[in-house]
Amino acid sequence: MSFLVNLLLGLLFGLGLVISGMSDPAKVLNFLDLAGTWDPSLAFVMAGAVIVAFFGYRIVLRRPAPLVGGRFHLPHVAGIDRRLVVGAAIFGLGWGLSGFCPGPAITALGLGAGGTLAFLPAMLVGMWVARAAIERLRLAYPD
Amino acid sequence: MTEFTPWASLLGGALIGLSAVLLMAWEGRIAGISGIAGRLLPPWNDEGLPSRLGFVAGLVAAPLLVMAATGAQVAQTVSSNIPLMTAAGLLVGFGSTWGNGCTSGHGVCGLSRLSVRSLVATAVFMATAIVTVFVVRHLA
Repeated sequence: MSFLVNLLLGLLFGLGLVISGMSDPAKVLNFLDLAGTWDPSLAFVMAGAVIVAFFGYRIVLRRPAPLVGGRFHLPHVAGIDRRLVVGAAIFGLGWGLSGFCPGPAITALGLGAGGTLAFLPAMLVGMWVARAAIERLRLAYPD
Repeated sequence: MTEFTPWASLLGGALIGLSAVLLMAWEGRIAGISGIAGRLLPPWNDEGLPSRLGFVAGLVAAPLLVMAATGAQVAQTVSSNIPLMTAAGLLVGFGSTWGNGCTSGHGVCGLSRLSVRSLVATAVFMATAIVTVFVVRHLA
């Protein structure tokens, strides 16, 4: 059941990426290219998503619990630490080189571009290495 | 050049936001794709694997479904520089996991929750990505 519900939610998310144009790395790179062929579309995607989620979360989080899974799993780490800033900087570097962040990269799998097929396994390796390092160095945030 | 698409982008963004809200309503989770994808690999320390597999399968199916329904191609320009894309993939995977979120987890879900951590993370990855594109396109 959770598989099916998540399949539909992933589909909805993926449709959002396709309709918004964010499944195209060229559009993302042009957003980031302020000094060149700037395309402000990504800001509109963020605005649309944040407006809906801002109000939607307020309605949903008024409930005592989600429909399944017992409780809401909200991050409750406070403060800015080095891990957050260093991680975001490394992520931004890779994002700027490729135009891919994780969602659009996964959505692009079935379109089969060579660059995507190189990017995705490398991304999973990067995630696995980071998780292992966090575990080894005992840097995990409390859940 | 890519065409500026304010309405389509706003609508697509709203669908992304709706997906995030419904995931919170269903099983109380943040729709952070780096977290969902990163936990596809072992170790699996919770019961959430079927959910994550479903979400990822939905993402993959979306453009294929759009093409099947409309008969049109989903426009996409991906760099064919394999070493560059491999390096970028490693950086995106490592960085988003190390920083506990990417464009969706920090950028959409975190900002919607008015999280200061997510605001800082989003500012940092936007800034480094903008500098990276500037260096690659205008200095290199």
